[in-house]
Amino acid sequence: MRTAFGRLLGRPSDDLVALEEELLLADVGVKATARILEALTDRRSAREPVRATLARVLEEILDAGPDQALRLDAEPSVLMFVGVNGTGKTTTLAKLAARLRSEGRMVVVAAADTYRAAAIDQLRLLTERAGARLVAHQPGSDPAAVAFDAVQSAMARRANAVLVDTAGRLHTSSGLMAELAKVRRVIARAVPGAPHEVLLVVDATTGQNALEQARVFGQAVAVSGIVLAKLDGTARGGIVIAIREELGLPIKLVGVGEGLDDLVPFDPRAFVRALLGGSE
Amino acid sequence: MFGSLAGRLQGIFRQLRGRGKLTERDVEAALREVRMALLEADVNFRVARDFVERVRGRAVGAEVLQSLTPGQQVIKLVHEELVELLGSREARLDLGQQVPAVVVLMGLHGSGKTTTAARLAVHLKGKRRVLLVGADVYRPAAGEQLEVLARQAGVPARVAQPRSDPVAETRRFCGEAAALGCDTVIVDTAGRLHLDEELMAEMVRLREELGPRETLLVVDAMTGQDAVNLAEAFHRRVGVDGFVLTKLDGDARGGAALSLRAVTGRPIKFAGVGEGLQALEVFHPERMASRILGRGDVLTLVERAQAAVDEQTLRDWERKLRQADFTLDDFLAQLRQVKRLGPLEDVLKLLPGATGNRLGEAKLDPRELVRAEAIISSMTREERASPEIIDGSRRRRIARGSGTRVQDVNRLLGQYEEARKVFRQLARWQRGPRRQRPDRLPRG
Ligand SMILES: Nc1nc2c(ncn2[C@@H]2O[C@H](COP(=O)(O)OP(=O)(O)OP(=O)(O)O)[C@@H](O)[C@H]2O)c(=O)[nH]1
Ligand SMILES: [Mg+2]
Repeated sequence: MRTAFGRLLGRPSDDLVALEEELLLADVGVKATARILEALTDRRSAREPVRATLARVLEEILDAGPDQALRLDAEPSVLMFVGVNGTGKTTTLAKLAARLRSEGRMVVVAAADTYRAAAIDQLRLLTERAGARLVAHQPGSDPAAVAFDAVQSAMARRANAVLVDTAGRLHTSSGLMAELAKVRRVIARAVPGAPHEVLLVVDATTGQNALEQARVFGQAVAVSGIVLAKLDGTARGGIVIAIREELGLPIKLVGVGEGLDDLVPFDPRAFVRALLGGSE
Repeated sequence: MFGSLAGRLQGIFRQLRGRGKLTERDVEAALREVRMALLEADVNFRVARDFVERVRGRAVGAEVLQSLTPGQQVIKLVHEELVELLGSREARLDLGQQVPAVVVLMGLHGSGKTTTAARLAVHLKGKRRVLLVGADVYRPAAGEQLEVLARQAGVPARVAQPRSDPVAETRRFCGEAAALGCDTVIVDTAGRLHLDEELMAEMVRLREELGPRETLLVVDAMTGQDAVNLAEAFHRRVGVDGFVLTKLDGDARGGAALSLRAVTGRPIKFAGVGEGLQALEVFHPERMASRILGRGDVLTLVERAQAAVDEQTLRDWERKLRQADFTLDDFLAQLRQVKRLGPLEDVLKLLPGATGNRLGEAKLDPRELVRAEAIISSMTREERASPEIIDGSRRRRIARGSGTRVQDVNRLLGQYEEARKVFRQLARWQRGPRRQRPDRLPRG
């Protein structure tokens, strides 16, 4: 990687320098940028503008094929929302609940953030708005027990999906990561094959640390996909390229606002176009 | 925090130090690495470029290259420029004379405004009588969250009703402050995007109508390249007096810290360093720069040690260290002590050189302590007193006896060795911690 970067810094052509700057400013990161530009150098051709080739390289990295879609076939499908503090887990969960409801599915929501002040109140309000059913215990109670109850209740009512909200936690806190792993284990024991999705919600303004988040959460709870929240700001969210490239995790959903309908499926083309400034 | 950057720079500088003479090309190569390290730490692309340019401008000057210790000189330059970028002095909260003094917290969604509001109230306890005001009328249960935190902080709170006019409400609450016996109002506002014209206008109105003494922008330490955009936008549109950098207890390298000041000229005043309401520290630029360079945040450590460990214990350590009879028993006792200073990993991160050595890497959790206890108690008294006699066969015996693996024993002995070194330094600083500045400490 160092040689690639060194080579590029050595005597690169102007357009590569400009593209490098754009990628770095989009939070793609030094290493991923170096690898991407290396791939770009190999694939450049006189027939195609270099930006178009770059877009193709990025889209290929991001394209997860059949893994792009949420896994919602099982009955009930259990989806966990995890991530560091304040990334948008609860809002994303509510957005998805609203979407599933609008498709006529029955949704149970588990208030497994029993830690943050008023987290349960927030979730209750959002869940009501989305028209889903909330399973909650007291603040401070065992999050795994809440998740278990929610799953049981979903099975009893033949609900289609269980969405589990969890407390934000820094991945560096090993105790809290162990707690999260326990929530996952309890769910796995309650329903064979569950959780069907463990979604890591990443804030689009986050820089290189998101890669570490994905790695550590991935190890602790086997993250199955990324939700990129808050892409409606000026941040480009390029770190998901590094996450996809390095860890192979698919990006599944994108949050584009605070409203319940501000959630869209991840579209590699649209994402890359926005990241490269839309222009050719 | 800044862990990797510190490690990287240390590596770079170790190489530089190994050389007797530096050519301009050597400096170029090192600066390229510095730039990469800065970018990996989320320092903004342009800020990093300017930073490296400044260092280059000074480094390529004659004195540096011709000095006897060019590597040292470059390190010194990088350190100086880092401090320059972070601000050379601590910037305290300035509440002025007028009552009530109003502090407004603003920022993007999820940056940590509400928690910071409650922490500031705790921070000011004993000095000021704080009223917490919730002006987030958009996010569901934002008011409830602030009320719960205010109860925990032991201060009164007033929150605007959902969908009410937050500016009018806040003004009303400020009017009530005196009657509630409060001389300080801390206002928690809704998360907002700097692109959101309507919400930015609301913020401007709030600032105009309340005339806050301090308007602080709360920024997540994990923020990437966008930090410059948001800082610039909030500063231009609303005006920023200072920053609070949150979630610094994670492993974010926190390059945003470097960017914020570079683009606004405003200082970082506080850092959020944990989950609890106590976890707010005055931001120390110099300590941060030292930490980036891997010299360890000795001042913070000593302050915390003084708060948590009683004098007698410290004197005991010191005496033992001076007499160089720091045994494994002492090590165990100290592991237990250190536990009281806060999460062990946090403490270890403060130690000089901790980024590069085994001590820094060790993720010591409580289980680790149990294991350490088991290993040490499986040693003979002789082994505990003179660990150097513990050879391969003794290690195997100890591992068997403690139900651990030989690797565990090796690791513990390695950590003990590191600790012996570090605590010996600690004891030295202990004699004059308050007077000593980090830049006079021996270089790691
Ligand atoms: N602009 C914008 N704001 C968002 C988006 N998603 C969430 N938010 C806002 O971000 C803030 C935090 O969102 P939450 O859903 O509470 O985040 P969380 O991860 O559950 O937070 P904790 O549970 O405290 O860790 C709220 O103000 C949300 O309205 C998004 O896509 N765009
Ligand atoms: Mg939440």
